[in-house]
Amino acid sequence: MAASRDDFVIAIRSAFLKKSNKQRFSLIGLIFSSIVLIFLTGIKLPAINYLKSGISEVVYRVSFIASIPEKQFSKISLLINNHFQMYNEFEILTNKVKELQSIDRNNIFVISENNRLKKIVDDYIDISDELMAKVLLDKDSPFFKSIIVNRGSKDNVHNGMAVLDGRYLVGKIVETNYSTARVLLISDLNSKIPVIIEPGNIQSILSGTGKKKGKIQYLEEEYNLDKGNLVFTSGSGGIFKAGIPIGTIDENLSYSVVFFSDLSQLNFVNLVSYKKSNENVSK
Amino acid sequence: MKMSVSKKNKITKKIFSFAPLLLLYIAVLNEADLNYLGYKYFSFNFPFILIYYWSLKRSESIGYGYIFIAGLFNDVVVGFPIGISSLTYLIICGFAAYLRNITLRPNIINDWLFFLITILVANSINYFLLITFFSIEINYYELSGNLFFTFFLYYIFAYIFNFYQRIVFKDSND
Repeated sequence: MAASRDDFVIAIRSAFLKKSNKQRFSLIGLIFSSIVLIFLTGIKLPAINYLKSGISEVVYRVSFIASIPEKQFSKISLLINNHFQMYNEFEILTNKVKELQSIDRNNIFVISENNRLKKIVDDYIDISDELMAKVLLDKDSPFFKSIIVNRGSKDNVHNGMAVLDGRYLVGKIVETNYSTARVLLISDLNSKIPVIIEPGNIQSILSGTGKKKGKIQYLEEEYNLDKGNLVFTSGSGGIFKAGIPIGTIDENLSYSVVFFSDLSQLNFVNLVSYKKSNENVSK
Repeated sequence: MKMSVSKKNKITKKIFSFAPLLLLYIAVLNEADLNYLGYKYFSFNFPFILIYYWSLKRSESIGYGYIFIAGLFNDVVVGFPIGISSLTYLIICGFAAYLRNITLRPNIINDWLFFLITILVANSINYFLLITFFSIEINYYELSGNLFFTFFLYYIFAYIFNFYQRIVFKDSND
């Protein structure tokens, strides 16, 4: 019994403490270094942020280059797919354009009326900064839905900025480096956005699920959602302005939300921050 | 002439011996992640398989220092707190080194079953740290699927890597 325990101790000591053949570092030394790094990250030591930022600058660029062959392959397969669907899409789009042209005429009046009313209620209407950014890295992970963009603190990017794909909300900035930034996508498990569901003016929270769809949470039982209901930002919390389109209700029972933007196909995004109109404040 | 051929062979062998390391860095840095393939519950952790196999069978091909750096890169790319992946990868190395020390007659089934214990311990430590200290939400169904397929696919990858070893290094470590 004692002999087998000795064997176990010797094997453990040999595996972790001894520097093996042709290994420059001992395993226990590196494990200890990792634990120190985790601890320093946990206590948010500024030096670790600089280290992370430095590694990020290099790794994001290298990762962007390393992903080029895979990106090209995806682009080609998408192109072939699109080519086969082109005719059907053309017919659908022609009909939609006709529909939209008629709706647009009404919209011009509604937009001007909306702007006038927003001035009265002192809402966020001014875009203070708008930057276009290229998506450097779109690493799919089961735990983080995020993308890396090629704008950072040198371009006045800061945490909390809204990230739009066209006019649709896709996420917000959560980490800013010197020349790059990380965007937490609205599909991420940790993403919680105050939303308003129309028609009905229903306030709720849109939560990411880690998958392609989002989910409406904390909705009181008295409210019923229907398939096709539209989801917009509500502006509560002051991070985003109200009325940015996000998606539509897909299934009324599970309250899942299909995003307007395809989050796996982002190439360029707009980084936007909002502030209240100075004119309104002075008024 | 003979000298030059032998020198060339040595260089080629050296390059091939670093292939696992290259594969690890590609797996960590590439945008396409086998750890998330977009299928429901199907994903597997390729770096776990790679690190365990090569630490067990041919540790000189995949240095601990390089694994530590690969872990740091993975943390930055995936967005984990710095040091988490390095710790997980090194724990796997430790388990592999322990198994190597106690094994007299290597057997793929033993390696495979020990791999299950290894990934269970490594993942437990990894997610314990992520949940406790960094409040990260985790989908446990996906994680279970990931664990299962990582374990299941080890057997297949072990055969492929063993075949590669036989071709390149003219040895087999079954």
